[in-house]
Amino acid sequence: MFFSALSASKAVFGMTVALETRGLVKKFGGFVAASDVAIRVAEGARHALIGPNGAGKTTLVDLLTGFLEPSAGEVILKGENVTHLAQHQRVRRGLVRTFQINRLFADMTVLESVTLAVCERRGLGWRWWRPVGAFTEALDEAGEILAMLHLSDVAHERTRNLAYGRQRLIEIGLALAARPRVLLLDEPAAGVPAGQSRALFETIARLPREVTILLIEHDMDLVFRFAERISVLVGGALLTEDVPEVIARDARVREVYLGEAAGG
Amino acid sequence: MSLSSAGGTRSPSAPSSAAGISAAAPAARALRGAARWHWAEYVFWAVPVAAYFLFPENLVLLSQIAITALFALSLDLILGYAGIISLGHAAFFGLGAYVAGLMSVHGWGDPLAGLAGAALVTALGGLVTSFLVLRGADLTRLMVTLGVAMMLYEAANKLTAITGGVDGLQGVSFTPILGLFGFDLYGRTAYLYSVAVLFALFWLARRLVHSPFGLSLRGIRQNVVRMPAIGAPVHARLVAIYTLGAAYAGVAGALLTQTTQFVSLDVLAFNRSAELLLIVVLGGTGSLYGALLGTVVFMVAHHLLSDINPNYWQFWLGALLVVIVLFARDGVMGGVRRLNRVIARRKGGKA
Repeated sequence: MFFSALSASKAVFGMTVALETRGLVKKFGGFVAASDVAIRVAEGARHALIGPNGAGKTTLVDLLTGFLEPSAGEVILKGENVTHLAQHQRVRRGLVRTFQINRLFADMTVLESVTLAVCERRGLGWRWWRPVGAFTEALDEAGEILAMLHLSDVAHERTRNLAYGRQRLIEIGLALAARPRVLLLDEPAAGVPAGQSRALFETIARLPREVTILLIEHDMDLVFRFAERISVLVGGALLTEDVPEVIARDARVREVYLGEAAGG
Repeated sequence: MSLSSAGGTRSPSAPSSAAGISAAAPAARALRGAARWHWAEYVFWAVPVAAYFLFPENLVLLSQIAITALFALSLDLILGYAGIISLGHAAFFGLGAYVAGLMSVHGWGDPLAGLAGAALVTALGGLVTSFLVLRGADLTRLMVTLGVAMMLYEAANKLTAITGGVDGLQGVSFTPILGLFGFDLYGRTAYLYSVAVLFALFWLARRLVHSPFGLSLRGIRQNVVRMPAIGAPVHARLVAIYTLGAAYAGVAGALLTQTTQFVSLDVLAFNRSAELLLIVVLGGTGSLYGALLGTVVFMVAHHLLSDINPNYWQFWLGALLVVIVLFARDGVMGGVRRLNRVIARRKGGKA
């Protein structure tokens, strides 16, 4: 049994598993927000997690990243059990998230914010003698991230002065600065005007394949355009997981999710 | 010391970089320049030097201002940069005061050794209590810091054999600083010594807040939820700055002992913690200079108002505080910044 569990974690359809949960449970008092969730995200995957409101999608992200402590179960990152590691330790190992609602540094300039994140990844966070500006490589790297996200022209602006859609890009920029190996995007287009969400997804689509992406998204069009594999979460439990074409035809999924979306 | 080098070297961006990066160049330049000394800062630090010659009769008061400024700086480090609110910071001030006093009473009267001893002991005190203080949210922190300070006050009150209790610690005396500068009756040495220590520690703090470590503290204050998500060990950073803040407060307390040659229980009093919080909020948090300006405004107002109206001066001090907090957000330093922006806009308009 030990052997089978080991080999299962190593490969799904011949691919390496980047992120995996085993029997993940989260209870808030009597309410079960995650019930025995076993999910596997392959290395380099473009994997989406969908489900109706209240299905426990964000709770799952919180459990994966260590924002919440699970009531039971394990989180495995690249074969390592990270269930009891603190959030920042998981980030150091390459498990990085964005937030559904912006969590930014409102009074920093855009460049300062991203430089802060770059400094943390480079292990400069304890350096207290030399000024930030003397760490030229960190500054340059932050500049490159801003250029990639088309934020260079607002690099000197305070974050709070930007429109929400552009703030959303900083949210992604902060995650990229941590050099994710597995990136959890929690509804990256939430609150972004329709015209800009396409551009935002093009940016995400351009990320290199070394970055495994788990996308949590409400917008079905975006999910079916982006994802190569989809997991459906309902009432805290995993309903099914498959390629988009199969998910689209699945009657149960239509009933609990697509039906609801079409009806509402 | 080469202050001007603090800004670091300005290096041209890599030639291979994309066109977009050059658009970010002004922001990068601003970041590089942030640590450089502004001319107004030189002017600011010329003031305490000038004051020495202009007010030779008031050096005792001026020493008190310098010492309180250092104390305020210590609170600004933890409140203004890391967002840890404290209503019991006098615990460290008082602890430092007693450590320096006790060292001298027991035959170790070298002032610099006294400062070092006070810094060491209070840093340890800060380190130990940080695990209690950092446990909760703001209200918990307020209560825990207050509680720790109260316990220390009563301990000092009770341990008369060591501290002298309500009578204060007697027999405190210090040898000349570096064996050269003895403390004189006019308080000249005391004042210059206080200002020198204040400046040295300010300079260190200034380096610290502009460093990556300082940036991470601002990050924690602005969004504590985000910091772990970019890989920052928030708790360890807070422990570090709380410990440093405690050491700064301890040095301020030791300075008071050394310049007044006496330690009384009121170094640990609640009043001192509360006044300090007022001073830092009054001056504006998170800029270091706000803490210094707040101290000057508070102490001078205190001095002048109590001259005018010895019985009811606190009424006007209270009124001043209410007005400043309500109408000048971010305190005195906020006002200075707004003024600066207005002047910059005028200049820009003319050009």
